[in-house]
Amino acid sequence: MMSGQAFLDRIKNEFGDKITGANLAAIDPWVEVAPEGLVEVCKYLRDQPDLRFNMLNCISGVDYFEPDPKKAAKLDWQPHLEVVYHLSSLPTKISLVLKVILPRWKGDRPGDLPEVPSVSGVWSTADWHEREVFDLVGVRFSGHPDLRRILCPEDWVGYPLRKDYEMPLEYHGIRGR
Amino acid sequence: MPLVAARTVEDLAKAEARDYLWTLNFGPQHPATHTTLRIVLLLDGERVVDAIPDIGYLHSGFEKIGEHLNYNQYVTVTDRMNYISPLANNIAWHGAVEKLLGLEITPRCKYLRTILAELSRISDHLLCNGAVGLDTGAFTYFLYAFYQREVLYDIFETLCGARFTNSYTRVGGVMYDTTPLVLEKIRTFVRNFPKTLDDMDRLLNRNRIFVDRTRNVGVLSKADAINSSATGPIARASGVTRDLRKDEPYLAYQDFDFQVCCATAGDCFARYLVRMAEMRESLKIVEQALENLPAGPVDVDIDERTALPTKREVYSTIEGTISHFELVMANRGFPVPNEEVYGAIESPNGELGFYLVGDGTDVAYRARCRPPSFIHFALFPKLIRGHTLSDVVAVLGSLNIIAAELDR
Repeated sequence: MMSGQAFLDRIKNEFGDKITGANLAAIDPWVEVAPEGLVEVCKYLRDQPDLRFNMLNCISGVDYFEPDPKKAAKLDWQPHLEVVYHLSSLPTKISLVLKVILPRWKGDRPGDLPEVPSVSGVWSTADWHEREVFDLVGVRFSGHPDLRRILCPEDWVGYPLRKDYEMPLEYHGIRGR
Repeated sequence: MPLVAARTVEDLAKAEARDYLWTLNFGPQHPATHTTLRIVLLLDGERVVDAIPDIGYLHSGFEKIGEHLNYNQYVTVTDRMNYISPLANNIAWHGAVEKLLGLEITPRCKYLRTILAELSRISDHLLCNGAVGLDTGAFTYFLYAFYQREVLYDIFETLCGARFTNSYTRVGGVMYDTTPLVLEKIRTFVRNFPKTLDDMDRLLNRNRIFVDRTRNVGVLSKADAINSSATGPIARASGVTRDLRKDEPYLAYQDFDFQVCCATAGDCFARYLVRMAEMRESLKIVEQALENLPAGPVDVDIDERTALPTKREVYSTIEGTISHFELVMANRGFPVPNEEVYGAIESPNGELGFYLVGDGTDVAYRARCRPPSFIHFALFPKLIRGHTLSDVVAVLGSLNIIAAELDR
């Protein structure tokens, strides 16, 4: 088994500036990938004979945003979105975390969803997971075969797991709050 | 509506060519879905041409609630995810929280949680197999399974007072230690249950009707199982040998002698057989853990400041008083690192993982759940295509879809 640093050097060699960061000291070490290189990196990780990350455990979207300006001033991060990919390899029993960091809105225009290429062509699990992240966090997965809301109704407005989300006052005559 | 409307001329031509197909709405309220989920079936006579799952009827914002309740309170919500085996969810949730905190639980707690995880595995498999039997016409089998589930509920009731939503674990421990009565009840169960299992084996394993309805129905190939991240009994019935209890031993699983049950056929019958075999292995684990249950405290040490101290400690020691105060006051709680972890266990249904982002307070910044049902239900159209309408219930039952966990 190769060490974390050796692995990082290897994929940095392979993909250069598409690997935009990493944190090997975290409890679950992660590698940050630029959105445009994501599919390429995922295919490489899946197909290399000694890596074989053939299983995608989970895709999660996290919204980093603090609505209160007083609290926001104390934080050491800027508002952003993260899409986190948890991969496992069945043959080597190793797991890996990939991250894509995005602006909360594309080009800072509220309402314009940030975009990530879909990995549903690499692992078919990604299909529903990406729909869920789109539905609840508001990330557009370009190249996804069928990007619709999955848990919320089709005509739902807003992205419930964003930190600045507010429940609607009513939905088709049902009181919201 | 999941049925996509025709947009182009080609779509329209395709729609006309498929005009003779029937569209059948299965669910959201249907006795064979067991929970609230909907499938739109396209039928050619009795054959299923396509199935379009439509989920979200039970979406209750569990992940959003996770950003408002603290790590101990949220355990009550995990009960309601897979309510067939709530204890396994409790253990998965607090396993992830303890990984985030870097907390090592006591040996007694590890053994106790292992016993409970395995008992809830038995309870889940009994329901799943029982329901498959019920849906394919084996009512007697269902009653055999449910009688034993009742015994398990009695054990859980004696353990923590709740039969259904147990909420038994806490950060760094459990609600309270077991009593000799619980252990005696589990011992009796371990003694009596193999007899029922033998009866259940004899009822269905060679039953012509059951075998005809499940063999070669809903076949999942090994490559598909891996690519679509199937886990648990469903993946193992397709020949994937992954079992987190062996691959990444958590709790006390490395201490016990047990086997990972696999099959290669990948059909509904194989999934049934894997579940039956897993119950026997679970019994082996429970028996070993019970006879070697370590003595000592069940909660972590008082210096960790995560588990509530006992009343005696609160009244007689200063550490106890401080710890109690810190944990009970609304704006205090225990500190959590600014880290993120993914913690998973082998729940009865497959890999149940929680992705937690800590932000310093005792409320999660993000509490993402990776539910096995969500991944398995996505497989459903692939499994049912080409089979008959009556096979829908057999496939659905063998996937063990729990809508509360599916929609969260």
